Amino acid sequence: MANTAHAEPAGETRRDFLLHTTVAVGAVGTAMMVWPLIHSMNPAADTLSLSTTEFSIAGVTEGQRIVVVWRGNPVFVAHRTKAEIDEARKVNLSELKDVQKDEDRAQKPEFLIVSGSCTHLGCIPLGSKPTDPKGEFGGWFCPCHGSQYDTSGRIRKGPAPRNLDVPPYKYLSETTVRIG
Amino acid sequence: MRNILLVATAAVALAIPSVINAAEEHEVHLAKQEWSFNGVLGKFDKEQVQRGFQVYKDVCSACHSLQYLAFRNFEDLGYSEEQVKALAGQYEVTDGPNDEGEMFKRKAKASDHLPHPFPNDQAARAANGGALPPDLSLVTKAREGGPDYIYNLLLAYEEPPKGFELLPGLNYNKVFPGNQIAMAKQIQDGLVTYADGAPNDAAHVAKDVTAFLHWVAEPKLDARHSTGLRVLLYTLLFTVLAYLAKRRIWAKIEH
Amino acid sequence: MDNQKSVWRRAFEWHEARLPIISYIDHAVGTQYPAPKNLNYFWNFGFIAGFMLMTMILTGIFLAMNYTDHTSMAFDSVEHIMRDVNYGWLIRYMHFNGASFFFIAVYIHIFRGLYYGSYKAPREVLWWIGVIILIVMMATAFMGYVLPWGQMSFWGAKVITSLFTAIPVVGDAITTLLWGGFGVDNPTLNRFFSLHYLLPFVILGLVVLHIWALHIPGSNNPLGIDAAPADKIPFHPYYTAKDAFGVGVFLLFYFAVVFYAPNALGDPVNYVKANPLVTPNSIVPEWYLLPFYAILRAIPNKLLGFIAMFGALLVLFVLPWLDTSRVRSATFRPVYRVFFWLFLLNAIMLGWCGAQHPEGLPLVLSRLGTAWYFLHMIVILPVVGWLETPKPLPVSISQSVLKPAE
Repeated sequence: MANTAHAEPAGETRRDFLLHTTVAVGAVGTAMMVWPLIHSMNPAADTLSLSTTEFSIAGVTEGQRIVVVWRGNPVFVAHRTKAEIDEARKVNLSELKDVQKDEDRAQKPEFLIVSGSCTHLGCIPLGSKPTDPKGEFGGWFCPCHGSQYDTSGRIRKGPAPRNLDVPPYKYLSETTVRIG
Repeated sequence: MRNILLVATAAVALAIPSVINAAEEHEVHLAKQEWSFNGVLGKFDKEQVQRGFQVYKDVCSACHSLQYLAFRNFEDLGYSEEQVKALAGQYEVTDGPNDEGEMFKRKAKASDHLPHPFPNDQAARAANGGALPPDLSLVTKAREGGPDYIYNLLLAYEEPPKGFELLPGLNYNKVFPGNQIAMAKQIQDGLVTYADGAPNDAAHVAKDVTAFLHWVAEPKLDARHSTGLRVLLYTLLFTVLAYLAKRRIWAKIEH
Repeated sequence: MDNQKSVWRRAFEWHEARLPIISYIDHAVGTQYPAPKNLNYFWNFGFIAGFMLMTMILTGIFLAMNYTDHTSMAFDSVEHIMRDVNYGWLIRYMHFNGASFFFIAVYIHIFRGLYYGSYKAPREVLWWIGVIILIVMMATAFMGYVLPWGQMSFWGAKVITSLFTAIPVVGDAITTLLWGGFGVDNPTLNRFFSLHYLLPFVILGLVVLHIWALHIPGSNNPLGIDAAPADKIPFHPYYTAKDAFGVGVFLLFYFAVVFYAPNALGDPVNYVKANPLVTPNSIVPEWYLLPFYAILRAIPNKLLGFIAMFGALLVLFVLPWLDTSRVRSATFRPVYRVFFWLFLLNAIMLGWCGAQHPEGLPLVLSRLGTAWYFLHMIVILPVVGWLETPKPLPVSISQSVLKPAE
C-alpha cells in the first residue's frame, strides 16, 4: 500500500473531513434505526382506532351520576339537579383556581360530562355513587391527596392544578352521546 | 477486496442449506405470475386488491374468515374514512353484554374486524362436510410457493386421471398436496362483475383475489419495500465512506 | 500544560479515579489494545457477531413490550406486532432474520478460528468460552422460535424437548420438568419466554469473558505465529475503522433480506397457528441447527443419536488437544488445509441432509457425514498433526509482509 500523499497538512485535513463525515453518517444512521424502536412504544393502530365511546343517558335520573369508560379511563356523567346547576353558575369566577364558566363546560346544563381522572396525579375522585363523599363543594372529592371539585367539576381546593377535563363529545340524539 | 469476496462466498455457502430446503419441497410446477408487489420497487395495485376484495366478499367469505383484517385497514387501500364506515355498516357484529346481560348485534365499526362466517370451528365443519375452511388472513405466507401457489390452486381443478380414487366429498386439484381438496371449484369466468369493467375471466379473478389475500397477509409490504430501498442506499453510502476512511487510516501501515 | 487542562479532561480524570470504566473500554477495544497488523477480513466477524447480539437484544426488548406469552394469544400478538404496532413489522423481521445473520457471523468466526488454529495454546480457555456461547446461542434461538406459537414452533419444541426422553431412567422426568406438564403447553411457552429473555444477557456476560480471555494472549493472526510488539497496532483507530466497514458490508446483506426476502429463511407453516392435534408434513429446525439435527437423525438409536448430537458440540471442548500440530495457521499446513475444507463441505452437506426427509440418499449421506465429522475430530486431527510436515514459518509478521516488496 504505497501512499504518495506526502503533503501532510492537506492530507490531514482531508482525512479529518472524511473521518468526521463517516462518523456523522454512522451516528445519524444509528439514530434513524433507533426511531422505529422508540415509535413502537407509541399507541398502536388498533389502540388509536378504539377512540370513541357511545352511551345512552336515557336511564340516568336527575341527581344520578354514572361512570362510562372512554379509552380505558373513566368519564363522569352527572345528571345535575336545578340546585347543582345554580350553584355551579353563581360562583364568583375570581375565586376559581382555573377560571372557566359552567356554561363552557356543559353542552346541556342538565348533563355534565367530565373526565374522571384527577388532574393532580390521576386518581379517580369519589362522588359518583350516592354513598360517596362529595367534598365541600358538592362535586367530587379525590381521596388520594384531597382535591375537591364543585358541581361543574372545577377544582376548588387541594393540590390539583386544573378543572376536570371536558372530553370532546357530541349528542348524536336526545339520549345518545358519543365521546371522542 | 479478494478477502471480502471470500467472506461473502462463505456467507452465501452457509445460507445454502436453507435455500435448498425452501426450493426442494414442491414438485408441482407452479406457473409464476407477474405480481405488482414483486421486486425491489414492487407495491400493491390498489385497484386490483379492491377487485380482489369484491371476489372475497361475494364468494370466499361464505366459508372463509379473515380474522386479522379490520375495516380500518381499508384506509390503506385508499378508502376514505366515510367509505370505511359505510363498508363496516354493511356488516353486523356481536357485541355485549349490554346492561341486561344479553349479547346483541350491532352495525360494525371501523375498529371491528371482519365477522367470521361461522360462530365457531365446529359450526364451520358441520356446514362443510367435516372440513374446516381455513382462515385466509395469512394464507399466502403460510403455503410453500406463496401467492403463486394460491393462484395456481384456484385454477387447478380438473377431472381426476383414470384410476384415481377420489374420496367422497373431495375434489381433484393437481396443485393441492395429495390432489384431493375439500373446497369445490369456485373461480370461473364471469364469476363477478367488476364496477371498473376490468376483465373477469377466471384467470383474472383468481389473480385479483390472490393479490387481495397477499395484501391481507402482508399489509406493510409497500412500506417495507420503499423503506428498504432508502435504508440500503444509506447503508451503502456509509459503507463506501467507511471503506475510504479505513484506507486513509491504514495508508501508512504495511500489511 | 498540566495546569491548563480542559474542563472535560478534568471531569474525565475525576471519574477515572473513581471508576476507570472508560480506560477499561479503551484497553478492551480501543487505543490500548495492540492487535497484530496483518488481520484479514475474516477477523471482522467477532465484532460483527457482537454487533448482531446488540441488535437482537435491542429489537427483542421492544418486541417483548408487545408480545403476549400465552398459548391463546401468542400467535395473535405477533400478528398484532406485524400489523398494528408502529414499525412492528420492521422490528420483528429484524429480530427474526437477525438470528440467522447472528449465526452466519458466528459460524464464519468459528471456521476462521478452525482454519487459523485460534483454539490452540495459549487460547484454549478463549475457545471454551466461545463454544459455550455457541451452545447458549442455540438454546436461545430454539426457544425464541417457539414464541410465535406457529405450527413449527410447537412441533419443533415438542420434538426437541422429547429428545431428553432418550436419557435412561430420568429421561421422562426431565422432559416433564422441561414442559411443566404432559406436553408442550402454556407453562412451556411461559418458561421459554422467560429464558429467551434471560439468556441473551448471559451471552453478553460470556462475551465479556471471551474478550477478557482474548486479551491475555492477544489476537491470533493469519500466520498463526506470535506477533512481536513491533508488529502490533492499536485496535482503535485501525480495527475500529476496518470493523465499521465490515459491519457496513454485512448490514447490506442483512437489510437486503430483512426488507426484500424477510420470510425466505423461515418455514411457511409457522404462519399457521399451533395445533397440538396436527403434525406438519416435515419438522425442520432453523437452518443453523440443521447439521446437528442431521447427526441426530443419522443414528437409528434414540439414545445414541442424542449422544452423537450433543457429542458433536462437546467434542469442540477438547479440540485444542485433539489437534496435535503445534503450527496454528492452516496456511503452513498443506495436509490439514485439505481436511479443513472437507470438514466445511461436510458440515454444509450435513446441513442439507438435516432439511430432507431421513430416508434414501439423505439418510446415507447424513450417516457418512456424521461418521466423517467424528473421524475428522478424533482420528484425522491427531494423526495429521503427527505426520504432517508443515511449511517453514516466517520469523515475524513484518518479514512475511515485506517479502513481496523485496
